[in-house]
Amino acid sequence: MSSIDNTLPERQTSAGVEHTESLITLTPRQLLHRRAFSHWGLIIGTLTVIALVLLAVVGPLVLPFDAYAQELAGRLQPPVWAGGDWAHPLGTDHLGRDYLARLLIGARISLTVGFFAATLGCIIGVTLGVCAGYFGGRIDQAVSYLLTCQLALPQILLAMALVFLIGPSIYVVIGVIGVLQWSYFLVVTRSAVMRIRELDYIASAKTIGSSTRSIFWHEVLPNLRSQIIVIFTIEMGVAILSEAALSFLGVGIQSPTPSWGLMISEGRQSMFFNPWLTILPGIALFLLVMGVNLMGDGMRDVLTPEGRH
Amino acid sequence: MNEHAPLLRVENLSITLKTPSGEQVQPLRGVNFELSRGEALGIVGESGSGKSMSMLALMGLLPSNARRDADSLKLGDKDLLQIEDTTFAREIAGKRIGMIFQEPMTSLNPVYTIGRQLIETATLYGRGTARAARARAIELLNRVGVPEPELRLDQYPHQLSGGLRQRVMIAMALMNEPELIIADEPTTALDVTIKAQILDLLADLQSELGMGMILVSHDIGAVSRAVDRIGVMYAGAFVEKGPLDDVFEHPLHPYTQGLLQCAPRATLAHGGPRLGAIPGSVPSPFKRLTRCAFSDRCPHVHDACYGSEPALRSAGNQAYRCVLDAEQLQSDNDHSDKGVVIPHATPVQVEHGDPPVLALESASCVFTTRRGLLGRSKDNRAVDDVSIALHGNEILAIVGESGSGKTTTARMMLGLQQPTSGVALFRGEALEKSTPRQRAQLIQPVFQDPYSSLNPLRTVGDSIGRPLVVHGVGNRASRRERALEIMSLVGLPERFYNSYPNQMSGGQRQRVAIARALVLEPKVLICDEPTSALDISVQAQILNLLLDLRERLGLTYLLITHDLAVVRYFATRVVVMKSGQIVESGETERVYTQPTHPYTQELLASISDPLRRSA
Repeated sequence: MSSIDNTLPERQTSAGVEHTESLITLTPRQLLHRRAFSHWGLIIGTLTVIALVLLAVVGPLVLPFDAYAQELAGRLQPPVWAGGDWAHPLGTDHLGRDYLARLLIGARISLTVGFFAATLGCIIGVTLGVCAGYFGGRIDQAVSYLLTCQLALPQILLAMALVFLIGPSIYVVIGVIGVLQWSYFLVVTRSAVMRIRELDYIASAKTIGSSTRSIFWHEVLPNLRSQIIVIFTIEMGVAILSEAALSFLGVGIQSPTPSWGLMISEGRQSMFFNPWLTILPGIALFLLVMGVNLMGDGMRDVLTPEGRH
Repeated sequence: MNEHAPLLRVENLSITLKTPSGEQVQPLRGVNFELSRGEALGIVGESGSGKSMSMLALMGLLPSNARRDADSLKLGDKDLLQIEDTTFAREIAGKRIGMIFQEPMTSLNPVYTIGRQLIETATLYGRGTARAARARAIELLNRVGVPEPELRLDQYPHQLSGGLRQRVMIAMALMNEPELIIADEPTTALDVTIKAQILDLLADLQSELGMGMILVSHDIGAVSRAVDRIGVMYAGAFVEKGPLDDVFEHPLHPYTQGLLQCAPRATLAHGGPRLGAIPGSVPSPFKRLTRCAFSDRCPHVHDACYGSEPALRSAGNQAYRCVLDAEQLQSDNDHSDKGVVIPHATPVQVEHGDPPVLALESASCVFTTRRGLLGRSKDNRAVDDVSIALHGNEILAIVGESGSGKTTTARMMLGLQQPTSGVALFRGEALEKSTPRQRAQLIQPVFQDPYSSLNPLRTVGDSIGRPLVVHGVGNRASRRERALEIMSLVGLPERFYNSYPNQMSGGQRQRVAIARALVLEPKVLICDEPTSALDISVQAQILNLLLDLRERLGLTYLLITHDLAVVRYFATRVVVMKSGQIVESGETERVYTQPTHPYTQELLASISDPLRRSA
């Protein structure tokens, strides 16, 4: 970067004012790329997530195993390395269903629930946070009150009650997790918007005649981009774990649809004799959540380098 | 101790910073200076010149990624390079060297009383008894002009005003009778009238107590009030050093000459010559220098400047860093055209019956604050019954200290704030009746801080073209053309069209903000401290640009500022505000030569003019 340059920078005369500038070495985008590709956590996390997404999407289409076909004669077969055969690489569960196929379908469920629940939470939290931060006053007081109430609720308990009342399905699980998980979005966007609101470019947008809606969409939200991306990944990890917990407790995804939480729950009964039934979905869950969190942490470091320490 | 040894000797002091991306930056490159006992040295320079960095290096307060190198760093006979950090803290910092920082708001600890902090300074490491320290604290507070010192000792910092806090900071620095006092921009955060008082106080105390003093500032005028010798820093090194009078009377280095020319002075009236502007801005410390650091801004640049960086040469009492001879530089300065003389529109003749372009009629603005949901509300009258008329092609300046209501007045005229009572009129019609879009085509603002007035995610072209998008003018191609046209009008090269604000310097950003304000062809620009966030050489560029644009486009300006020197140079008419009310108004010349209100007189007396200092 610190190149030696002996040339005289160009001089330009316009409006009667002369000035010269030093050459700019790196664009912000180049700097961003550079930071991203030297951040190991981000690289490992992103690769893990991409690999799991690919497996979940493509796996069930190309592999010749059926996640739902029961074969009671071949129940509780062990994985290949524990003496099983290649007909069922990861063995079978207590109803003789192929465990690999179930894990892959389970990954679809986890990713779907995680993504959409976080999206729902994001919409709720960011909307409330932006309004509270931008308008302040009574609206802010009302939203803060709502936040206090939300933080006081025992989430899993409430989620269980809601699912129990409405009846379990994947949509209900997404809805319940999303509706209960927006506090982080709210807190962060609210304080960020309070700061942005006072900046002169907002006043400037007002004086060129922009409407409030246009200010939200064109001035405020783009500047919240990096915060929202970071929280989104973190909340996605939390949502995946919440789904697993609900399914484990029997109020989430219902059998025969496979979900990692449900599989752990089902495998729990024969944990001492067939430990892989719980260990395998546990490892899958660990890998996915770790990947998502590493990605989120990495994005925070890369997108907001000043807030790292 | 040898009486003739200098109090402080700094030889070849350099600082190297390592950035997180592994690059090396050198904000300070081989600085030498000496300070005798009882001498006051002023160090001036623009932001990024390394002046504060050198003081932090002296005090061992550098950030952890910085490395300090020096051939010699001696306080009296003590070698500061050999000393351990803990020994330094115990024996030197606060005891032999006192330090005064820029922000009196944050440099006192808010949870302790003034008294406790003062006494602790003197009793730390068992230096003295609390009783003696208390007596000394009272004596010093009295001396620095804090009224009722015994009472103040039990107060907390938030109960004092900014000026009083800075006085307390000075008293604190003096508690241990230091040999050397370092003041880093001690008055930058203060209002003008208080600024002058604090500087005079520092100068008095320094000569009275026979201390050495280093006063660091970006404001040449301020420094000239309190020092004997001056050093001008540029890009991490001194470019000129010498006795104050010599440097001011015949500056040798082209940078010093430029700085002195571009400082607006109270003696430089409107309609006089343009301010001399130094083109460009301070070079980035990322570049390794293989030539004179000032070469790309210098009017005398020639081949010899490019071989290597010139050494410091001495001429009489002065030293300067330039390849040219002193005689030549001096005669160049004497004969250089200090800006082109442009006959400016002298005070605009107002036809009676001609409605003002923009006016406030007995406008008041009251802010109501309420503690909690049911707390008692409290009224704060920011602007109280103010009437201002702004006539076509006029430059009206509103002058006042912070809290005088000048910004609120501007916001009411912009339509950003509704007056609680009274009315804002544009050409005789109520401003609130027009829609925000109609208003936008009449009045546009230029804000103080170009770092916050541009959306960081928009490119320059996008920012300038945005008003056209909002108003639905033209298509993509025509908007681009219009933006480029305006950019050339404000002196921004075309290649900045796709740049982001964080790639630009403060002055360039302010040009973008001006371009954005002009794109809708408004009649009035409301400039709220348009240059106070900029370096002094850049300030002159922007002021000249605004004057140019007024001439070309027939604009009318409302200028809000606390800088009286700028006003005299720039404005045709002045309004002086104090606590929400207008105390005086009139044509600039009249107000400056015959101020009637005592507050105006006080304001004018506080101007520090480098050239009028001895008068």
